[in-house]
Amino acid sequence: MLEVKDLHVTVEEKEILKGVNLKVEPGKLVVVMGPNAGGKSTLAYAIMGREGYEVTKGDILFNGESILELGPDERSRLGIFLSVQEPPPLPGVKGSLLVPAVIKKRRGIPMDDKFADIKILREVRPKLELVGLDSSYMGREVNVGFSGGEKKRFELFQALAYDPKIVILDEPDSGLDVDGVKMVARVIDDMRKNGKGVLLITHNPRLLHFITPDEVNVLIDGKIVMTGGLDVAEFVETHGYDKVVTR
Amino acid sequence: MSIEKPEELVRYREPEELLGFAKDYPAEVELKGRITESLIREISKVKKEPEWMTRLRLKSLELFYKLPMPNWLQGIEMLDLDTMAHYVKPDIELSSSWDDIPKEVREYYEKIGIPELEAKVLHGLSAQYESETIYHKMKKSLEDKGVVMIPMEEAVQKYPDIVKRYFLRIFPPSDHKFAALHGALWSGGVFVYVPKGVRVEAPIEAFFLIGRAFESQFEHTLLIADENSYIYFIEGCTAPMYKGFSFHDGMVELYAHRGAHIRFTTFQNWSKHVINFNNKRAIAEENARVDWVEGSIGSMLTYVYPSTVLRGKGSSSRSVVFTLAKGPYLKDSGSKMFHVAPNTKSRIVNKSISVDGGINVYRGVIRIPYGARNAVSNVECESLILDDKSYAYTYPHNQIEEPTASVSHEATTMRLTEDQIFYLLSRGLDEDDAKNLLIMGFLDELFIEVPFEVAHVLKKVLEIEFEKLGGVG
Ligand SMILES: Nc1ncnc2c1ncn2[C@@H]1O[C@H](COP(=O)(O)OP(=O)(O)OP(=O)(O)O)[C@@H](O)[C@H]1O
Ligand SMILES: [Mg+2]
Repeated sequence: MLEVKDLHVTVEEKEILKGVNLKVEPGKLVVVMGPNAGGKSTLAYAIMGREGYEVTKGDILFNGESILELGPDERSRLGIFLSVQEPPPLPGVKGSLLVPAVIKKRRGIPMDDKFADIKILREVRPKLELVGLDSSYMGREVNVGFSGGEKKRFELFQALAYDPKIVILDEPDSGLDVDGVKMVARVIDDMRKNGKGVLLITHNPRLLHFITPDEVNVLIDGKIVMTGGLDVAEFVETHGYDKVVTR
Repeated sequence: MSIEKPEELVRYREPEELLGFAKDYPAEVELKGRITESLIREISKVKKEPEWMTRLRLKSLELFYKLPMPNWLQGIEMLDLDTMAHYVKPDIELSSSWDDIPKEVREYYEKIGIPELEAKVLHGLSAQYESETIYHKMKKSLEDKGVVMIPMEEAVQKYPDIVKRYFLRIFPPSDHKFAALHGALWSGGVFVYVPKGVRVEAPIEAFFLIGRAFESQFEHTLLIADENSYIYFIEGCTAPMYKGFSFHDGMVELYAHRGAHIRFTTFQNWSKHVINFNNKRAIAEENARVDWVEGSIGSMLTYVYPSTVLRGKGSSSRSVVFTLAKGPYLKDSGSKMFHVAPNTKSRIVNKSISVDGGINVYRGVIRIPYGARNAVSNVECESLILDDKSYAYTYPHNQIEEPTASVSHEATTMRLTEDQIFYLLSRGLDEDDAKNLLIMGFLDELFIEVPFEVAHVLKKVLEIEFEKLGGVG
């Protein structure tokens, strides 16, 4: 279980998060919505431990223990996965190189065990189909020349392939067509059924037409100003974020 | 040829680590100090050379003193030739059995796995220590096909007419000061002749070692592939650690006759105590093909420019050069292609990595004069810079006069970004894995261009080089 307690985060000497509280339990879908620049991605990076995102107050716990001292890779290997909002291109690094390398690392298989690669690639193929990509994508350089939608699909594929316990999805639906959005909803639902905790970040309530969250939070200016169920999302959709603050 | 488990053949460490400090091995003859006519005559006398070779040396010496210091060379000022040993004949008899090689010296080669490589893969091996070849052996099967592979000195004695036709003619000493110096002082190296239609599939290797400081090595490799023949030649070099530095000024001359194909691969891993100057040039006749591969990892300073003169119609050449400048060292490289006949093709791939204050300089040349109709050339030049202390410069030089020629040039400079590193960390890879992956990705195309075994060795070397890499750039 992931727990964020009174989290204050400063980036470049500017306080972005000003006391955020959140809990993501296994098998639950927790949504964080909010306007642009509200601090959603900052929250995701802080949970992951990205350099430059300084926690000045509060704590982040995984299964009851603070992870503040751990680096991003250690947090990842504990079982926290972040699908980033804007995946960077990795020139020359093909999916067929990246994915086996990551899985070997996570399972403690030596990096130079090339036979493991073949097994791993076979193993993950069905997951690629789940996100609507064919196996040719594994032969492409990761995020190089991918369309916006393809990038999101490949991120989601990795969330499935690496088998984390907590999945943080930073706007997995942006840039996707209607069928794509439905696919994301289906995949999230499967994750939840498989006992994973999902933290879904979006500023677009459209995705929530296809999946019912367990909790919806609105993050504005570094603070969670509203918490509830689907009704919160519906309120935002009808009235916009402006009204949330004054409600 | 195939290597079942190439990793067995590669026990790569940095040369400093692998070979440790130099152990002094006695020299039988050592000539040092100012490079004068009498010093040249002395070398010639020790080698019992015919008069024409002595004259060729002296002519080169004259050119050396006449030619200006190339103004584009950086860093070479520290070289004080008057204090160096220019000829060091170790007290070791040339042999075709490793058992005859003194233990101290043999150990160097064993640590790099050379005898093992020879046993498993090579069809011929020539090993040079200081100024002379100490070990030389070629498989009987090649001898039966009429292939000649002998130390260069032996070729001067045995085949003077052939040597006169090619030696210092593919790469004339008048080209520049260090080519002239080489011509005056050359010693060691290999002569190879592949008869018409003969294919030497398994590689032949020449390996060069400089055992001590303040010494120069000037080996000369001459390789002649007669019509429609094929040869795959590998050249390797390394050195232990010493106080001070040494100088390497070798030369490679390749001649591919009509329809012949030469693959020439160099794997340079000098210790950080070697100033490395190379002179490499090939001539390709009608429909011949020359493929250069250069993996330049070690040394303090390296200057290397594999060049091909595409003299015959339909001839082609490819040059793949990889340079790593890690630490406060310089790699100055660049392939040169001279298209002087119609329908000639060339391709240059140059990849460099600069890290820990390293500097890479690329100076490629494409020359297509009038009349080289339909010549095609494409150049890809990519630099990867891993931190703010390191640099890469690209100075391509194209002289295209022929209107039907087609030339493309792509140059890109990349840096590893924090975004990329964080992305990979967030997947669970640690920082070294992440960098390795991005570096291997950068080099991916290179690995496709070079022979499998070379790619494997290169990968291993780089993995070890980057294992110790510090913080994110
Ligand atoms: N590295 C940084 N340097 C400077 N400012 C930053 C940095 N990272 C985030 N910020 C600032 O923090 C604020 C919150 O940004 P964040 O990316 O968390 O917003 P968001 O809620 O994810 O917005 P969006 O919906 O547009 O993705 C913004 O004002 C942003 O400019
Ligand atoms: Mg964001």
